[in-house]
Amino acid sequence: MQPKNRMKIEFESKSVNESFARVVAAAFASQLDPTLEELADLKTAVSEAVTNAIIHGYEQQEGLIIMECILYDDRITVIIEDHGVGIEDIEKAKIPAYTSKPELERSGMGFSIMESFMDSLFIESQKGAGTKITMTKKFSKR
Amino acid sequence: MTLEITLKRQNRALTVYLKGELDHHAVSKVKETIDMQLVKSPLSQLILDMSGVSFMDSSGIGLIVGRYNKMKCLGGSMKIINPGLNILKVLKMSGLSKLMEIS
Repeated sequence: MQPKNRMKIEFESKSVNESFARVVAAAFASQLDPTLEELADLKTAVSEAVTNAIIHGYEQQEGLIIMECILYDDRITVIIEDHGVGIEDIEKAKIPAYTSKPELERSGMGFSIMESFMDSLFIESQKGAGTKITMTKKFSKR
Repeated sequence: MTLEITLKRQNRALTVYLKGELDHHAVSKVKETIDMQLVKSPLSQLILDMSGVSFMDSSGIGLIVGRYNKMKCLGGSMKIINPGLNILKVLKMSGLSKLMEIS
């Protein structure tokens, strides 16, 4: 499938950038005229992935997060990448309500929300090297 | 984006009105504000009014579960009122409706 449009940004792993990232992704996706509900789902999933990179990837230390959005005719693919500590056990991390940081009152629902709110989710991670989340959402034709 | 927090206390019930976006960046301030009220004087009910919340992700769920557990330890209860449709979707997905009243 041929992409219609593409953009890539890099930003610091600061919590204030969570809203920045989801608003940018939603603004870019709006070229495909999604419904408000589809945009809200996309924003939530992006927020989860960026928050994971900040809290778990970089453990709230300095680092860079790369977000790439690719638009196709009827869908958006968002890639969120960090060069942080990586995920030791991806299957365990995906279990609903599992969190490696209960002391921070994390709900452990991040990956469940990404899976549920997007149409596909692909996680690549290497311990000590970082994590790359690739997720796609299909928009209904209006 | 700043999250506005307004508190209203009536006897032993505390209503917390939130306005803005509830993400990881915003939750620490809400946690601190509510937890300070919990130690100030006894509470039997905590009500979270989410009518002004335009966005919430799983960080909000962590905040709610944390406060629910604290209220339970104190022998009190907690409920969520007026969530918008997008917020309700996240609340339902996380199974919170089995823990507390959402109306």
